[in-house]
Amino acid sequence: MAGKPRKITAVEKKLVGVADLVITAAQRSKDPTLAIPVRSLANVNFNERKGLIELGRRKQARSFFNVGMAKKFMQTVLVADALCELQRANLTTSLREIYYRTKHTIKNSHENTLDTQDESDPLIEDLEVTLAALREELHVRAENAGSIVGPLVLVDDGDRVDCARLGKGGYSVPSIVEPEYLDIKKCTADFVLLVEKGTQWNRLSEDKFWRRYNCVLLTGNGQPPRGVRRLARRLHEERKLPVYVLVDNDPWGYYIYSVIKQGSINLAFESQRMAIPKAKFIGLSSADPEAYGLPRNVGIKLNEKDIARARELLGYSWFQKKGWQEEIKRMLSSGLKFELDALANKDFQYLTKKYLPRKLKEEDWLD
Amino acid sequence: MAAKTASLAPPSAVEMGARQREISVSEFFTKNRHLLGFDNPRKALLTCVKEAVDNALDACEEAGILPEVAVKVEAVGNGAPPPPASQATRFRITITDNGPGIVRQQIPRIFAKLLYGSKFHRLRMSRGQQGIGISAAGMYGQLTTGKPVQIISRTSPRAAAHFFEVQIDTKKNEPRILEKKQIDDWELPRGTQVTLEVEGRYQKGRASIDEYLEQTIIANPHVKLTYAAPDGETKEHPRTYGELPPTPREIKPHPNGIEFGMLLKMLQDTASHSVAGFLAADFSRVSAKVAEEICKAAGLSPRAHPRDVHGQAAENLYKAIQATKLMAPPTNCLSPIGERAILSGLYQQIKGEFYTAVTRPPAVYRGNPFVIEAGLAYGRGPEPAQGVPEKKAVPLAEGEAPTNDHELARVIRYANRVPLLYQQSACASYKAVLDTSWRNYGVAQSRGAVPAGPMVIFVHMASVWVPFTSESKEAIADYDEIRKEITLALRECGRRLGAFLRRRERAHSEHRRRNIFALYIEEVVQSCNRLKGGTLAVARLKDQLQRMALKRTGGEKTDELLGTNGSGPEGLPHSIIVTADGVEGELPVAVSPNGHPPAGTAEPVDEPTTRTTAPAAKRHAGRATRRPARAATRRHTPAARKPRTRATRRKS
Repeated sequence: MAGKPRKITAVEKKLVGVADLVITAAQRSKDPTLAIPVRSLANVNFNERKGLIELGRRKQARSFFNVGMAKKFMQTVLVADALCELQRANLTTSLREIYYRTKHTIKNSHENTLDTQDESDPLIEDLEVTLAALREELHVRAENAGSIVGPLVLVDDGDRVDCARLGKGGYSVPSIVEPEYLDIKKCTADFVLLVEKGTQWNRLSEDKFWRRYNCVLLTGNGQPPRGVRRLARRLHEERKLPVYVLVDNDPWGYYIYSVIKQGSINLAFESQRMAIPKAKFIGLSSADPEAYGLPRNVGIKLNEKDIARARELLGYSWFQKKGWQEEIKRMLSSGLKFELDALANKDFQYLTKKYLPRKLKEEDWLD
Repeated sequence: MAAKTASLAPPSAVEMGARQREISVSEFFTKNRHLLGFDNPRKALLTCVKEAVDNALDACEEAGILPEVAVKVEAVGNGAPPPPASQATRFRITITDNGPGIVRQQIPRIFAKLLYGSKFHRLRMSRGQQGIGISAAGMYGQLTTGKPVQIISRTSPRAAAHFFEVQIDTKKNEPRILEKKQIDDWELPRGTQVTLEVEGRYQKGRASIDEYLEQTIIANPHVKLTYAAPDGETKEHPRTYGELPPTPREIKPHPNGIEFGMLLKMLQDTASHSVAGFLAADFSRVSAKVAEEICKAAGLSPRAHPRDVHGQAAENLYKAIQATKLMAPPTNCLSPIGERAILSGLYQQIKGEFYTAVTRPPAVYRGNPFVIEAGLAYGRGPEPAQGVPEKKAVPLAEGEAPTNDHELARVIRYANRVPLLYQQSACASYKAVLDTSWRNYGVAQSRGAVPAGPMVIFVHMASVWVPFTSESKEAIADYDEIRKEITLALRECGRRLGAFLRRRERAHSEHRRRNIFALYIEEVVQSCNRLKGGTLAVARLKDQLQRMALKRTGGEKTDELLGTNGSGPEGLPHSIIVTADGVEGELPVAVSPNGHPPAGTAEPVDEPTTRTTAPAAKRHAGRATRRPARAATRRHTPAARKPRTRATRRKS
C-alpha cells in the first residue's frame, strides 16, 4: 500500500481494524462478527480494593449475517468510518454531528441508514469499549456543561486562564480536558468542592466561598459530564486535592456521588480514568434536616420512582458500607427528599455561611 | 275547587267515553312512521326500496325461482321537469321481479293493508316478518305525495297481467282500489312490478340505496340485480352463484320459546281434544311420550280437554313444559347463506387479499332456532403490477413515520339476508365485533373500537324470528345466546385471518431477510473501503459477502412457508387468498358444479356481459388495476377463476 507519510494515530489503527475484521472474515467465508463488551449491571464488578466499578469479561457478538443484527452491524461500520474520518482530519465533533454525518438513504431503497440519534449514540459507546478507546480519543466531545472557579491557573489552547479572576461565571470546563488540551499550570487550593446544581455553585461563587475556604468550586449541572469528572480526577491525582461532593438529598444525588466516586455502570470501562475513589459525600445527607433544623415542610415526598431507585441503590455492591445503608434507609423511612435549595428556607446564605463551614469543621461526611 | 264555567269543567266519564274510540293500525303508523323507518326523507327512500326488494326476493325464493330484480329510482318534478337527483325531493321507485306473481284478488290487500301477509303466522325464515313493510311504504307515498301505489302482476305466461292502483284507507286499514285493468302486452312472462311515488332525498354514501343494494348482493349472490340510479347511472350485478338457497321448512313453535299468554291462546285455538294430543301436535320436539310426562309433572290428566285448562292448571302446565328437557328445535326451517355463497359474494363485491366465511351450527334462543354466519374480507387487493405509476417514495426525516392511514374495519350486518344499515351500535353483531380481541389475530384494535385495517366484517343471522330492537328492523337484539354464537363465528374468522397474516408476515420477513443483506452489503463495503483509505478491492469483498448471503437464505424455505396442506388454500378452510400471482381457494363458480344450471331454474345463468377474451396474462393485468365500478370489472370467464395449481403459480 502506498501510504502517504502521515502520522497514523493508535485510535485510527483501531478503527481501521474494524474494516480488516470484515475483510478477513469475508475471505474465510466467515460471518463478520464484532465482540462487544456488555455494558450492563450484570457485567460490572465492584473492585473493592481499588474502589472502582470495572467492566466484566462478558461480550456480545454482533454479526452481520443475522437478520436482527445486520442493520446494527452495518451502522457500527458506518460510525467507525465517520470516526476514522475525524481522526484523519484531526477534528472533534459532537454525537449529533456523527449522527448527521452517517445518515443517508441506502442505495436502491427508501431506508435510512439511521433514523434517530438514539441509534448512533450507543454505537459510539460500543466502539469505545470494543476498541478500548476513550470518547475523547475518538474526538467526540460532549457539551461544555460544567463550570470551575478557584485559585488555579489553566492553559487552554495556549491561552492562560486564571480561574481566580473570572468573576462569578468562572471558566466553562471543556469536554476534553486531557493534558494535551488543557494544562493545570498552577493550583494553590486545599480541596475541590463538586456541586450538583449550578444554582448552588452560583451561590457559592457569588459569596466567594472558594476564597474564604481556599478551594476549587466545580459543577456539572446535574450528572457531571466527562470533562468535569476528568478534571476533578486530575486535580485529585496531580495536585493531591481531596474531593467533596455536594448533591441533593435524593437517590439521584446519591447516584451522582457514586458515579464520581466509583464510575458509572454504562461507562464502567472508563472508571480507570474518571473515578475518584476517595471522594467524600458532604451533603445533603438524610441526617441533615434534623441536625440543621430544616422543617419538614421544605421536604418533598418521595415518589414511586424515587423509592424504587433508592431500593436499587441499596442493592449495589458499592453502597454496602454501613454508613450508606443507614443513609439510604433513613431517607426511605422519612419518606422525604430535600433539595440543596431548601437550605434557603433558613437564610439565603445559609449554605455558604453556616452549613458548609459546620460540615467542614465537624468533618461530617460519608465515604 | 269548582270551575267557574261549565266549558272548563273537567269532563265527566260519559264525556270522556264519547271520545274513546278504536285506533286503526294505519292511523297509528301514520303518526308513528319513524317506527317503520320513515323518519327522514333519505331513510324513507331507502326503506321503500328495501321493502319492495325484500318482498320480491322472498316471493322468488319461496316459489323456487332464481331472482332477477330490477330497481329503478328516478327523480320526479312535481309538474315541472325533474331536478337533478341530488336536489330532487320526489322520487318514483319501480321494482320489477321475475317472481311467481300475485293472484288478482290479493293484490289490493297485500299492497294496501297493514299487517296483512303470509309470513307472520308461521315459523319459517324469510326476509319479511310482519306484513307491514310494503303497505307502509305505500302509505308513506300516499301521505307525502298523494300518489297511489301501482302494481302490475302476472302469474304465468298464459295468464293476463293485471294492473292496479291502490290506496290505503287509513281509518279502516282497508285497501281502496282506484283503478284496475287487464294489460295484454306486459313484457314479462311472469312477475310483479310495484311503482311508488314518495318524498325523499337521494344521497350516496353510508346507508344509501347504493350501499344497501351492494350489500344485498354480497349476501345474495344468487340474485341478478339491475339498478338504475336517480343520477342516470345503471349498474348491473350479474348472478355469481347459480344455486337457490334451500327452501326453509315451516315449523311448529318450540315449547321453550313460548310465553304464558301464548300458551293460553294456543290452548283455546287448538283442534286437539286432549292436552297430551295438543302438546304433541302443536309443538315441535314434543313426542306423545314426552307429552304424557309433561302432563304428569303438571298434575293434569293427559286426556283433559285443552279448552278446560286455565288458571292455576295452565300455569302448572307452563312450568312443567319449561322444566322438561327437550330436544332443540329442528333447524330445517333455516336457510343459511352458506360458506361458499358468502365467499362468492364477498369476493365479487369487495376488493381484498383474503376472504373467509364461517357458518355456525344452529343454536336456539328463546326456543327459536337460528344460525350465525360470519365472513371477512381483508386487504386492499394485490399490488398493482404495472400501469399505475407508483408514487415516488421520499426518504423519511427524523420523527416521520411511514404514512399509514388509520382505516377502520367496516361491519356489514344482515338478518335473514337483509342488510341492516342503521343503528349499528345497538346491534348484537356490532357489539360482538367490538368484544372480539382482534389483536390476537394480528389486527390492530383500540380499546372499545372496531379493529383497524382494510377489512370488511360480515355478520349474518338467520332465524325464524330475528329479534329486532324496533319495527324498522335495524338492529338485532342482544340475547346472550345470539351474542355468543356471533362471537364464536367471528373468532373462527379471526383465527383464519391470523393464520393468513402470520404466514404472510413470515414469508415477508424471509423475503426481507434476503433483501436486508443485499442492501447492507453495499454500505458495509463502502465504509470498509473508506476506512482502508480507498485501497480496498471493493468488487471482491462485495462478491464474497454476497455469496455468503445467498448461502444463508436458501430460497426453498420461503416457499415452504407458503406450502399448502389441508383442504383450503394454505390449509385454511372456506377461504380465498388473492395474490399478485393468482387466486387460490374456493372460488365462486358461476354455474353449479355439474356444469348444468341447477334444478328449479327456469333459465340458464347469465354469462358475464363483459367477457374478456384477452389471454390469461393480460387478464391479470386488468384485474390488478383499480376498478371504478367494482362489479363490472370483477367479472371473469370461468376459466380465469379456476384455482391455479402451485406449479403454475410458481412459474409466474
